[in-house]
Amino acid sequence: MESLVGIVNYIVFFAITAGTYGVLSLGLNIQWGYTGLFNIGIAGFYALGAYTSVLVSGPPPGPWGGRIFGGFELPFLVGLLAAALVCGIVAFLIGIPTLRLKADYLAIATIGIAETIRLVLKNESWLTNGVWGLQQIPAPLHGPIHSGVSNFLHGHPDLPAWLHSLVAKSYNWFYLLLVLVVLFILYLIVERLVRSPWGRVLKAIREDEDAAAMSGKNTFSFKLQALVLGAMIMGIGGSLYAHYARFICPSVFKPLYGTFIVWVMLILGGSGNNRGAILGSFVVWGIWAGTDFLTGYFPFSATQAASLRIIIIAILLEVILLWRPQGLLQREKRASEIPYKRS
Amino acid sequence: MQILSRIPQLLIYGVISGSILSLGGIGVSLTYSILGFSNFAHGDFMALGAYIALGLFALFTGLRIPNTPFGPLSFGFGFILSFILAIGLTALAVVLLDRILFKRLRRASSIILMMSSIGVALGLRNILQFFWGPQPHYYIEKIQLARVIPGLNIRIKPDQVFILIVTIIVIGVVHYFLQYTKMGKAMRASADNIALARVTGINTERVILWTWVIGAALAATAGILAGIENKFITPELGWQMLLSIFASVVLGGLGNPYGAILGGMIIGLSEEVSTAFISTGYKPAVAFIIMIIMLLVKPTGLLGRRR
Repeated sequence: MESLVGIVNYIVFFAITAGTYGVLSLGLNIQWGYTGLFNIGIAGFYALGAYTSVLVSGPPPGPWGGRIFGGFELPFLVGLLAAALVCGIVAFLIGIPTLRLKADYLAIATIGIAETIRLVLKNESWLTNGVWGLQQIPAPLHGPIHSGVSNFLHGHPDLPAWLHSLVAKSYNWFYLLLVLVVLFILYLIVERLVRSPWGRVLKAIREDEDAAAMSGKNTFSFKLQALVLGAMIMGIGGSLYAHYARFICPSVFKPLYGTFIVWVMLILGGSGNNRGAILGSFVVWGIWAGTDFLTGYFPFSATQAASLRIIIIAILLEVILLWRPQGLLQREKRASEIPYKRS
Repeated sequence: MQILSRIPQLLIYGVISGSILSLGGIGVSLTYSILGFSNFAHGDFMALGAYIALGLFALFTGLRIPNTPFGPLSFGFGFILSFILAIGLTALAVVLLDRILFKRLRRASSIILMMSSIGVALGLRNILQFFWGPQPHYYIEKIQLARVIPGLNIRIKPDQVFILIVTIIVIGVVHYFLQYTKMGKAMRASADNIALARVTGINTERVILWTWVIGAALAATAGILAGIENKFITPELGWQMLLSIFASVVLGGLGNPYGAILGGMIIGLSEEVSTAFISTGYKPAVAFIIMIIMLLVKPTGLLGRRR
């Protein structure tokens, strides 16, 4: 029984992380899946969202640490929306010089902004506390839930041990619910949008941008909107991560790694399909967690095991690209039957 | 005044780091114009070359192949031999990679190729990290003293002069190859229009093979030179320079190898000179901002043509 509870607790923890990645994957799906925008700076928006949220709703600067600004202790929801807003603004600024050009430029610029964001987080201690990161990030409703749970446990000292350890982790259940609700709301919004006339223009741009432009659509403006909307959703993902992890530092948001795993999630799940995006995030996170157990059986050091896991995910990506580029769930509808046009 | 007096010295550093960026950039530029995608694994080809050289050098030291330093340089025959062999082996590895992976994706869109190059980038870097670990490795641990150039108040190490000379020779060879050899001309034709090159009877698969060979050889050279300049190598070596390399290539004009050389020099100089005014940590950001400004002013780059 005890070990079963351990597994359940692990699954809850697993699902919180996978759900957060699902949010990122949904954001990327708007950009890549529906509009064909190649954003490889996801980790940058993820980090920016996390830090913005903490600076808005986190604690004020402590007596130690280099930070002298931020931490307004506003409600969690305000932090979440601020994260979306700031990511949207940055995406807008990146989109303007690059979205009129070939996809390569957007790719290079997004990786550049991700790296620049990381450098700012690392170097501007007055705002971010540098490499030491931000700690004691408030988790939403943690206080009331925590005291409620401990009162309950005090009142019922004769609970069986397994129930005790299950109840003790109640907060994780609450946070899982929160993540799933946010994910579901975002899913509904994105589904609604991509089925609207607006969404059809995005798909037309993805299939053939010239044709969409010929039909009188301002493709630049639509691409910019898709980039901004996707980045805002990624910012929300960052906020969800920060308030659960309760500690963030620049090295958490490794530029390519954070970006890369989200890409594998979306491509494996099926780009251009929102359910695929969410499915992919759970499957790939499952594979990722599974490789953790797997490498445990071999006499590798911790860094070797970490490298091996990334190699496995990289091979997985190449295998998908070679043999199943459409992913697990296909795009629901295609505007044209020419899937890959060589530009 | 304090700042201004440092500038001549920073210019020297800028030319050295610009040389390394240029060598990396030529490969990115060639891959872009002939294979049609931005190769995000190029930085990791650099790291691969640097690590192959490290492995060979360790092997040769074990075999007691002499490495008595040449004149004022900090290394000798054994290291030069590893350097040259590592260039060849890196090219071989990259050609193999093309056969296994990129060749199957020839007809895929450029974005699919870019994505798969990201997979290669992470895969390669973690293979290096798996075998050598994330910690720095040193080619030669001895510290080399800088010489003062009389009258100019500039310090430069003999190894840095070596880097400059190698760069000049390599760029000269690439220039000769592109302008005067048959394969070089075929490459330029394929870069202009690969379909047209094919109908005129150019064997484009051979052109692609040579593109990988040259790109990988230059990447390995750049990686090893970066190792000599920094005194150590890590698996992140290439990735850390990749953004600056892309900025150089875009600045010079994406797809133009001469633009990559010019862009590399400008980015290298700006990054080093910027350290007189802002934190050293922001070097890649300086490159990035220059690139964004270029994209706003003239997206085709300094030497780029309209497409």
